[in-house]
Amino acid sequence: MEDTKPQLLTVTIDGIAVEVEPGTTILQAARKIGPDVAPPAMCYYQPLKGSGGKCRACLVRVAAGSTKDPRPMPKLVASCLTAVQDGMVVENTTNPQVVDARNGIVEFLLLNHPLDCPVCDQAGECDLQNFAFDHGKATTRYEEDRRTFEKKDIGPYIQLHMTRCILCYRCVYTADQITEKRVHGVLGRGDASEIGTYIEKAIDNDFSGNVIDVCPVGALTDKTYRFKNRVWFTKPVDAHRDCPTCSGKVTLWYRGDEVIRVTARKNEWNEVTEFICNTCRFETKKTSDWVIEGPTKVSRSSVISANKYRADLEKPSFGKRLAAAEYKPIHDERDTSQLSIQQLPPERFAKTLPSAVEPEP
Amino acid sequence: MQLTNRAKQVSNKEMTLAEKMYLPAVVGGLAITIKHFFRKKPTIQYPEVKKYLGPIYRGHHVLKRDEQGRERCTACGLCAVACPAEAISMVAAERKKGEEALYREEKYAAVYEINMLRCIFCGLCEEACPKQAVYLRHDRMVPVFQERDEVIYGKDRLVEKLDDRYIRKNSEVKTTPTEPSLTRSTT
Repeated sequence: MEDTKPQLLTVTIDGIAVEVEPGTTILQAARKIGPDVAPPAMCYYQPLKGSGGKCRACLVRVAAGSTKDPRPMPKLVASCLTAVQDGMVVENTTNPQVVDARNGIVEFLLLNHPLDCPVCDQAGECDLQNFAFDHGKATTRYEEDRRTFEKKDIGPYIQLHMTRCILCYRCVYTADQITEKRVHGVLGRGDASEIGTYIEKAIDNDFSGNVIDVCPVGALTDKTYRFKNRVWFTKPVDAHRDCPTCSGKVTLWYRGDEVIRVTARKNEWNEVTEFICNTCRFETKKTSDWVIEGPTKVSRSSVISANKYRADLEKPSFGKRLAAAEYKPIHDERDTSQLSIQQLPPERFAKTLPSAVEPEP
Repeated sequence: MQLTNRAKQVSNKEMTLAEKMYLPAVVGGLAITIKHFFRKKPTIQYPEVKKYLGPIYRGHHVLKRDEQGRERCTACGLCAVACPAEAISMVAAERKKGEEALYREEKYAAVYEINMLRCIFCGLCEEACPKQAVYLRHDRMVPVFQERDEVIYGKDRLVEKLDDRYIRKNSEVKTTPTEPSLTRSTT
């Protein structure tokens, strides 16, 4: 063991160099730089092992493989699965080929998507919606009938809309890795593959609710929140509680004074790092159950921040209080006798300024 | 060079006796007055007579029904979030079995309210609507309010009556990609 510290690799993504450890994927390296450079991800989910490589949303072009072998990779590669090499040059949004490919990916993902966003509870926080908005076309060329499925009941908490599913397998990995026993999976092949429990069975594991947060589209939604309200009319608040089974750190979604939904906290990549249990998610929907930490930070461009005004910004007395707090008495010791206005006799002001004649008491 | 040809040459010459007595001016003025007696009257006797306000006038809101008389609105909330005056509020509900003839989609607006005092008739709700459900009628205005409690319009006054369908013939308005079969010009 001569050197325990791993050598850092230098990768250039969209012209920005970043040093990462060996074994990092291109997507993680890009996320290290920032959200402007990071490729979109529909199926890759960092907390879930083995996720990624299914949706092709994160395709990037590798312009130079490494310092040793600087040939470009012949095809676009999925950045969530490709490990970086030293001296790799990656083109993400700077390459028109990548932008064009993403455009096609959006079209493929939306082929069988029902586009029922007005009805869907996920609208407003949907990864596919954001992805299509950023990278897709405004119209569809698809004219055939979209695939449909028989409605399946998978328990009292989770609503399954198979038509909206993009088969990212995130919920399968979640059930495998977070819960003790997985009862659902992807059944069938090709066009007929669908999420299901095979034999009609309710998903009732204690951590099963996390598949709702993990789902990038509205295929798995909260049945207790179904049609309660739109995401952008609710107010997200960070809160926590002493939970024996999970970390208890959640986001409460308020409508007025009423908690209408509880979700796990998502980071800037829309990923949950601390999964919460079903008791927190579905059964504790009272403000008194929670310790409120403060409003969740929502990005300015998100629709969730639309039409929200902080209560303290609306007070009409705010300006007055600010002026009172900022007020400083002026100690003006200058000699004012030479200022021209004072040299005029007070009678000159009598008409417009009577107080100039009368000496003040 | 003159910008217009309306410039009038004035002179300072001595007036005649008739001009000093203002006779031509009085006659000229009376002629103008009498001419107006025979003109067509521009006044419209509102409210007995109503003027056509044009094909794009934004008046009374209407929640459209589709061809089969089902309500189009799915309470998606886009009109409310687009509304700059925040005049629209709604409560969604799930369609039950047997209500398929009433509501077109799985979800419908159980309550849909527009505060007409807040509304500025900008038409952004109509533009935002993905289901072509809310329209601002070009042929009808919101009546004058008499009481403050009648300014919030609920579904009873907004949903299109089946015997009073609203048709807008404006072929220039395109459909949204969600519903290729539905054109705005049809009912």
